Amino acid sequence: MKRWLRWLVLLVFAVYFFGPLLSMLDFSTKTGTGGRSGAAWKALVTNHEVLGAIGQSLLLCVTTVVLMLVILLPTMIWVRLRLPRLKRLIEFLCLLPLTIPALVIVVGINGVYAWVNYFFGYSPVVLTFAYVVLVLPYAYRALDSSLSALDVTTLAEAARSLGAGWLTVITRVVMPNLGAGILSAAFISVALVLGEFTFASLLNYQTLPVVIDLFGKRDAHVSVAAALGSILFASALLLLLSLAGTRSRGRKGA
Amino acid sequence: MNARRLAVAASAMLAMTAVSACSSAPPSKSGGNSSAAATATSAADLGGMSKLVAAAKKEGSLNVIALPPDWANYGAIIKAFSDKYGIKVNSAQPDAASQDEINAAKQLKGRPTAPDVFDLGQAVALANTDLYAPYKVSEFDKIPSQFKDADGTWVNDYGGYMSIGYDAKKVPAVTSVSDLLKPAYKGKVALNGDPTQAGAGFSGVVMAAVANGGSADNIAPGVKFFSQLKKAGNFLPVDPTPATIEAGQTPVVIDWDYTNAAETAKLPSWKVVVPGDHPVGGYYYQAINKDAPHPAAARLWEEFLYSPQGQNLFLQGGARPVLADQMKSDGTLDTAAYKKLPPVKGTPVLLTQAQNTKAAAYLAKNWASEVK
Amino acid sequence: MPMRRARSLVPLVGVLPFFAYLLLFLLIPTVVVIVGAFQENGSFSLSNIHALTNAATVDALRSSVVLSASTAVIGGLLGALLAAVIASAPETSLVRRAVLALSGSLAQTGGVSLAFAWMATIGLGGTLTTMVQNALSIDITASGWLYEMPGLILVYCYFQIPLMVIVFLPALDGLRPQWREAAQTLGANRFQYFTQVAIPLLLPAFLGSLLLLFANAFAAYATAAALVSQGSSILPLMIRAALTSEVVLGQQHLAYAIALEMIVVVALIMGAYAWLLRRSSRWMR
Repeated sequence: MKRWLRWLVLLVFAVYFFGPLLSMLDFSTKTGTGGRSGAAWKALVTNHEVLGAIGQSLLLCVTTVVLMLVILLPTMIWVRLRLPRLKRLIEFLCLLPLTIPALVIVVGINGVYAWVNYFFGYSPVVLTFAYVVLVLPYAYRALDSSLSALDVTTLAEAARSLGAGWLTVITRVVMPNLGAGILSAAFISVALVLGEFTFASLLNYQTLPVVIDLFGKRDAHVSVAAALGSILFASALLLLLSLAGTRSRGRKGA
Repeated sequence: MNARRLAVAASAMLAMTAVSACSSAPPSKSGGNSSAAATATSAADLGGMSKLVAAAKKEGSLNVIALPPDWANYGAIIKAFSDKYGIKVNSAQPDAASQDEINAAKQLKGRPTAPDVFDLGQAVALANTDLYAPYKVSEFDKIPSQFKDADGTWVNDYGGYMSIGYDAKKVPAVTSVSDLLKPAYKGKVALNGDPTQAGAGFSGVVMAAVANGGSADNIAPGVKFFSQLKKAGNFLPVDPTPATIEAGQTPVVIDWDYTNAAETAKLPSWKVVVPGDHPVGGYYYQAINKDAPHPAAARLWEEFLYSPQGQNLFLQGGARPVLADQMKSDGTLDTAAYKKLPPVKGTPVLLTQAQNTKAAAYLAKNWASEVK
Repeated sequence: MPMRRARSLVPLVGVLPFFAYLLLFLLIPTVVVIVGAFQENGSFSLSNIHALTNAATVDALRSSVVLSASTAVIGGLLGALLAAVIASAPETSLVRRAVLALSGSLAQTGGVSLAFAWMATIGLGGTLTTMVQNALSIDITASGWLYEMPGLILVYCYFQIPLMVIVFLPALDGLRPQWREAAQTLGANRFQYFTQVAIPLLLPAFLGSLLLLFANAFAAYATAAALVSQGSSILPLMIRAALTSEVVLGQQHLAYAIALEMIVVVALIMGAYAWLLRRSSRWMR
């Protein structure tokens, strides 16, 4: 694609995406008398409840990404290699959490969570189990996009003929080639955890979005600053994640 | 074949065990609910107010739900309670509606995060009385009988009238409901909630009905009014919030007078008017969760809400406390705040439970199609 | 003979952890919903299934499908375009990283804040509205289109496009430059490369991503609830109304019936997608 065309496309998208964000910034810095003030933002970043909730949510991000990768990635590779007939079933199951509104899932998951609370306590980190399910649709699609570009069968056969066991095939042969997919899946998981409100609110856990929502209720300008702040915070975090991700990965696979 | 059948059977049995296990509750770890406070029906049952305060302080926290800070001044009430007794108040789901409170109580039953007290609209309050613990606050006898259940299972706490709030800088002054049909209000009139879902929206339709020849028994003219409003292009389907009001996105809002009054504090040009000769009123209902994780704190909260301090805090939020008349004669009413309430003339219209149900059924059938 | 049968069972062990996890945290909630759809007042009843044929519910189904399908296609195409633009940049490029990071976080926006942001831009008194009003004397809010289907589509694309970028970029990344070179050495021109190599290779991932976008929009309700809070015009809003209404009580089972309907619709769409894939990728294994 021509360079100038690429930049034009990016510019048009930038207008579409940044426009509403700028409007939010505009409102959050207004004062009642028509002037400008950073008071809403200052209140947001210095509130100790909000800052405390950031730590909890970051921990939740880590546990969700790790558990999601542990559960989903080997399963998807295994299905592609040994059980191709299960592919459609897994695809449908991974779409199910997205189809049922969170409001309804909570009703059903409540019984299970009574037991989860019994074994694991009441910290917000137990939301990991539910969040992994919520993130499945997105993670599945990102990982599948990556997997479909790879000839997994040939890679696996080559590795097996060289004497590798199935575990080695999955962890040391296939996974390193899925970098882009794993990063995308991790991205969307982090973004989901930092933005998920319904589940946490209905099950009454104090995650970052819930705390921010309550904090924002005191003042309209603060609530808009909080919403914009969440987006900026998540973006900054993901940017850091992408910097870390590319640096630690080696050469791209064959 | 045998091995496969065995595997399928084993996984099916495992699945069924899991399902049945999850529909039964785990053994309860907390034994706190067997405390004396859980069955106390008044402060005297525990040996007096000071014993109640001590028991509540021992519990250390209180779970409230669906109490936005700017609704009837709940932000200040929560802070005042917390400061006075040193009890931490956990405010969950501030945007929740009354039914959400009941859903939360049922879903979180037995957990320390379950709600302790409820503040409910009429329909939901009267439909779920089996979830409440009866309790009579110290001022119970002073509350007029139509505002309470005889055993104290539920008690009205504050009420208000349906009003029209508008930004005087953006639209001309509103004096009656029919004013809203004028072209000056094109694309500007919002209703707080869908009438088939939210109590405020429901009462807004009743207000329109009463202003157009209907009554508490007949809300069809109200639905027709909103249909006309929609056809004129004046009806904005947006959900009004303090942010939309202050950003000028919803210059006219039909809502309870105390919610609109809270906006005046933030946007000086926001005026509130209770139109017509038959203002539509509504009271909210206080109740204590039978399975409250903090029963003593819950009861202390009720005592606080009905004390002069609590009732005056409601008044300062623009709501009309249920003990207003009593406090006026006792001299404990905050008269300055009372004078600030929007003037109301005529006999108020308050729906009975039967009228409520009839109107709800009518709305369920007709609202969506009328305002498409 | 017995050994072969036993061996055919062993691979299933590999997916056991996955299914066990899903059983607990997804299938049980789903079963609760499905069972609830066939109940009323504590006993078996088909009344709620019957209620699905009401004019209002059918209308909501139609609106939901139209909204989800159009935002899936529009969001899918625009998202694929944006992904293609940044796929050509090297992995260490700041623009690519920034777009990806922003896409990740914007893909999860929605609800009251997204509705507010758009109203603050093109709604009453919005920044763009005022600019256009002052410059061209046109009132872009006049017809109230923002609060109807066109507005919803515009606002939904705000999270659909970034979602497409996030899930489709790995597929684009998988297009090796070696394949393009190989096609060129075999005499293909650019157009032939696209239509006979690139598109068939990308089609499964593209269609799969569209499916995801459809399901994403289908069950989303927070944004619509803020923008169009009157009238429950889409299925998830009807579910919310049935579960949380404080005016019309006792409708939880109707909510489960509608949720069941949504599951069936997505299953059907998935069936169509699988059929489409089978037809188009017959030459690929």
